[in-house]
Amino acid sequence: MRLDPVDLSVIQAGLQQVCDEMDLCFSRAAFSPVIAEANDRSDGLYAAGDGALIAQGAGGLPVFVGTMQYSTRVLIDMIRDGSVAGPRPGDVYIVNDPYLGGTHLMDVRFARPFYRSGRLWCWLSNTGHWPDIGGAVPGGFSASATEVEQEGLRLPPVKLFKEGELDREILSIITSNIRVPDQRIGDIKAQTAALTVGEERLNLLLDRYGDDTVSAAIAELRHRAADQMRACIREIPEGTWSSVAWVDSDGVENRPLAIRLSVTRSTDELHFDFSGSSPPCAGPMNSVLATTLSSVYLAMRHIFPEAPLSAGAFEPLHVIRPVGTFLDASYPRPVSGCAAEVSQRIAEAVFAALVDALPHRVTAAPAGTSGNFALGGHDPAADRGYVMYQLSGGGYGGNSETDGLSNGCSTIGISKAPPVEIMEQNFPVLYRQYALHEGSGGPGLHRGGFGLDYEVELRRGEATASFVMDHGRFGPQGARGGGDGAPNRVTITSDGRQWTPEHLSKAQDIPLVAGDRVRVRTPGGGGFGNPLDRDPELVLEDVRLGRYTFDEARTMFGVVIDLGAMRVDTPATARERNRAGTR
Amino acid sequence: MKMTDTEPVYRVGVDVGGTFTDLVSLDDATGEVRIAKVPSTPDNQAYGVLAALEAGGSALEEISLIVHGTTTTTNAVLERTFSRTGLVTTRGFRDVLELGRRTRPAPYGMKGRFVPIIPRDLRLEVTERIDAAGEVVVPLDDDSVRAAADRLHAAGCEAVVVHFIHSYANPVHEQRAAEILRETWPGDHVTMGHALLSESREFERGVTAAVNASVQPLLQRYITRLTRELGQRGYSGEFLVMNGNGGMVPLELVPREAAKTVMSGPASGVIAAARTGARAGVRHLISYDMGGTSTDVALIRDAEPAFSSETEVEYGLPIHVPMVDVRTVGAGGGSIARVNAAGLLEVGPESAGAVPGPVCYGRGGTRPTIADANLLLGRLDAERLTSVSDGSVPGLVAKVFEDEIGRPLGGLDPAAAAAAVIRLANTRMAGAIRMVSVSLGADPRDFVLFAFGGAGPLHACSLARELAVPEVMVPALPGMTNALGCVMADLRHDFVNTLNRPLDQVDEAELHAVFADQVRRGDALLDRSRVAISRRDRVFGVEMQFIGQSHLLRVPLDTPTPDRALLRRRFEEVYWERFRIELPEIGARLVAVATSVIGVRSEPDLSRLIDPEARAARLEDALTGSRPVFFDASGPRWITTPVYRRDLLPAAFSIKGPAVIEQLDATTLIEPGDLARGEANGNIRIRIGEAGP
Repeated sequence: MRLDPVDLSVIQAGLQQVCDEMDLCFSRAAFSPVIAEANDRSDGLYAAGDGALIAQGAGGLPVFVGTMQYSTRVLIDMIRDGSVAGPRPGDVYIVNDPYLGGTHLMDVRFARPFYRSGRLWCWLSNTGHWPDIGGAVPGGFSASATEVEQEGLRLPPVKLFKEGELDREILSIITSNIRVPDQRIGDIKAQTAALTVGEERLNLLLDRYGDDTVSAAIAELRHRAADQMRACIREIPEGTWSSVAWVDSDGVENRPLAIRLSVTRSTDELHFDFSGSSPPCAGPMNSVLATTLSSVYLAMRHIFPEAPLSAGAFEPLHVIRPVGTFLDASYPRPVSGCAAEVSQRIAEAVFAALVDALPHRVTAAPAGTSGNFALGGHDPAADRGYVMYQLSGGGYGGNSETDGLSNGCSTIGISKAPPVEIMEQNFPVLYRQYALHEGSGGPGLHRGGFGLDYEVELRRGEATASFVMDHGRFGPQGARGGGDGAPNRVTITSDGRQWTPEHLSKAQDIPLVAGDRVRVRTPGGGGFGNPLDRDPELVLEDVRLGRYTFDEARTMFGVVIDLGAMRVDTPATARERNRAGTR
Repeated sequence: MKMTDTEPVYRVGVDVGGTFTDLVSLDDATGEVRIAKVPSTPDNQAYGVLAALEAGGSALEEISLIVHGTTTTTNAVLERTFSRTGLVTTRGFRDVLELGRRTRPAPYGMKGRFVPIIPRDLRLEVTERIDAAGEVVVPLDDDSVRAAADRLHAAGCEAVVVHFIHSYANPVHEQRAAEILRETWPGDHVTMGHALLSESREFERGVTAAVNASVQPLLQRYITRLTRELGQRGYSGEFLVMNGNGGMVPLELVPREAAKTVMSGPASGVIAAARTGARAGVRHLISYDMGGTSTDVALIRDAEPAFSSETEVEYGLPIHVPMVDVRTVGAGGGSIARVNAAGLLEVGPESAGAVPGPVCYGRGGTRPTIADANLLLGRLDAERLTSVSDGSVPGLVAKVFEDEIGRPLGGLDPAAAAAAVIRLANTRMAGAIRMVSVSLGADPRDFVLFAFGGAGPLHACSLARELAVPEVMVPALPGMTNALGCVMADLRHDFVNTLNRPLDQVDEAELHAVFADQVRRGDALLDRSRVAISRRDRVFGVEMQFIGQSHLLRVPLDTPTPDRALLRRRFEEVYWERFRIELPEIGARLVAVATSVIGVRSEPDLSRLIDPEARAARLEDALTGSRPVFFDASGPRWITTPVYRRDLLPAAFSIKGPAVIEQLDATTLIEPGDLARGEANGNIRIRIGEAGP
């Protein structure tokens, strides 16, 4: 079929529109704050035959960019081999099994078959992060789990809706196994309503342009997306580019896990080889294959934001399956840290490998942790239990044009942090500060952005604190001569003493009583380029604004400042930089 | 003051835009209209305003009321030309304005810039703390406030913000600190965080207050200068300023709440759309304002624009005061088209702006734009453009389209390339308009598209087709709509109080008292105004959610004394309308209580916006000629299309598309199959597809 080139662009915009409307409906109607506020969800259209990504909402959580086509493909395969009942119009499958194309258990996927003229035409699917899915700890982020069963309820693909009717029996199994179940019915209805919106909008699009034309356009768009990614790849010089990124520990055994990556460009394709990375780990820092692949894709899209969200864009990216490493975990390895933390280390490895190949595109390493701090306890004043989450941002890496952004969100997320005032309304805590993590930006020609430095005090009752963070052992990597950003630091003040958890960035169930405090300093971004080349006036400005101290200006940037006159001591700076440069 | 025999009869709206300052002057007694369009004077907008008043031809003594829409604050915000401003805040929280809500500008791409409104060295901490319940945890240390004041004075701050954590729950510390600061700063130059926005969320409230303080001295200087100039020239009438909420505010309130004037220009355009539509009996409209660089869209339901209290002017710059919910959806006439690396056509977001502008302006532009495409397709008059350049322009435009669009797309000729650009731009705009209406819970098919701005009437029929909107309305003066909005606006005061309680714990008497207090405050402000109003309207509503949700839904009420059962029922109705979801098992929460008190002015006479005496008696006499125009709604082809002059059209007429209607600052395109009719107030109403094939 001959396609009008303009029809192609118009249909592309139309498919995108269908997904964007699904995203909007899901977020606005959802209960889970993780979905409603943090947009920890994604909606898309997937091919009937192989689950290949046709289009996905522009505002979907980046880490889902690659996972949903795998979960759809696994569902299609399981229907084919008879292990899952085949689709009927009006069905909605629910699944959260990490090993079946997923992330962690909290990310619950819905899939709905879409029919035209009685024939399965494509799949509509979405993923939403539920605030709880059962398991050892509220919220699902157990830092010390050693089996997936401890992490929560695991659902294989089952039909939650059968020909439009909610299956109350399956629903009651789910609600009997999770915390705060009364609000989940609201999320289930929101997640389903988004699929219904998608179905209506897609029908309108097909009625307008014709099923055959749209099918042909989808095939053509997939080719074009692949072409576009190939054109991007040709910007990279031929050769092999390597990097290592470190996860602090798995939360159970206190030793670092290595992600070793080499990226090879041959003609217009990229090959990603993670062999040599650490073996599967005992604690929850394993990644399942779909998440590992998705992390590579999202990192590439951060580098090339103009590449479309379509299966075609992934075709020239070949990830060699990292068998035998913690990046290809199988049952029953615990995985709760994969979507939030390991994924970001994988992205960091991609950035670190390619920053020398594409210095104008890639930044030094960003903070790269979701900063998950959970506080669970009982508030005697309200006589109720609670679970509080504080997610936080950190500094972004410097880049060829600018300094890194301060307090940016995680690499894999797009969410806003909750305001201090909302936290204090809902939980018996008082924030003693919510401030810039001074000195944390990695030094460079363009320095890293600054992290966050907050301290929370428990005001009433007793509680336990848990942490799933990263970059506590090593700061985010600098690039092209830039220094690393400051690492993550957790400091607990209890019983009149200050201490840091053994695993630095991970701990579970630390007991606290009223008056105890938790201070978190999140990582700064890596610096980009030689800090000795940074304009001394810019260093002076940062000192004047209290972002770096006098000593930091000298040791990190070789700039000596006359504090009395608040100006650069030029001769002393020249000497300092000369000395540092010849070291 | 000069005495005169003339009774002042004119009400005047003056709107300052990026390029032109527009004036609409209405004689309330006779309906006589005068309009003026003069170049804006960005360095001092007052000169443009005075020039417009002069060009409008009415002596100042004849004017009873001037309503002014100014971009002084909008420009200051977008260009960051703020007055030097300091912040006094709670110990431990000075970086809130710099840290934001931990986001990035776009979902993909780990780069971005963010500059806090107040630099770190001018953000000072004082000893005080109040908790979420409003209880004092640490008393305010007056001396620390005085020390901060001294430092900010020494640093040359012209204005200062007091922003304390949880001040919405208990403002006592902010009030005391402001009292101390006002010992040395002019009263209006001290902004208290809770005074503009008494809601939680420290970043948004803090930025709103910081913007207010930072633009306040500029706005005050501008207004003072302008009113002094007017006074010296003998003006003694009332002077009001437009707000972003689409209402107008008396002078003495303006500087104190300067942030509310941000984005007031687009808001007045929407007000004009709502009023013009209502007068014609059309109460559901999508206002569509397409200019040179951008397109603004707003939804009007039952003659009322949608409002938002969560406007984000740009990345990391929220202004949380009630404003008309105007969304910028990208493309304008200057948006640039290109073919990307994958061989796919793209339009925007890059724009040629005013300089160099589109190729067809002949000012050195070399990249193909939407305006150029319209020219190639005969939709814009090539002769009118060539009259301002050397005549080589149409050939140049054709070559640019052939080289940059046609060839990369596989050999399209210039016209086909231009048609492709228009089609894609329309698809994108239609998609964006759909998103705006859907996000507000509306189906665009239930609305009329109200097209204005220089380029709006040119694209409106195509967009309406794309959106399945049945009708397009083009007002008499599409390029003067914002100024007309100033003339038509009411006095409006909005109040929001946070209640934040599960519905079953809401004390009905307390709720009714909140509404009553909001009404009382609004009435008091109206009482102080000298502007004649015909009646007082009160609009009541609540913000609600299901317990456990974070997004809010606005629930309109027709009574300030609702009981809990009514609130639940209305909430469920609105929720069903928006999401088609019922949740009987989950409780509701009442988050906020809102009242708008509106002093409605007498409706101006619109029948003379186009001079009735100048109109021709017969349609043929308005015909100025014809030219080939390219259409692709019913198969792509060139059609010889009649061209009419808008100001000559008879008051009542009926034209079957295709047709082009030209006027000074806008061109209306009627597509084949569409039927256009003129109506009393000078509007053109176009029914899509009604003329048949």
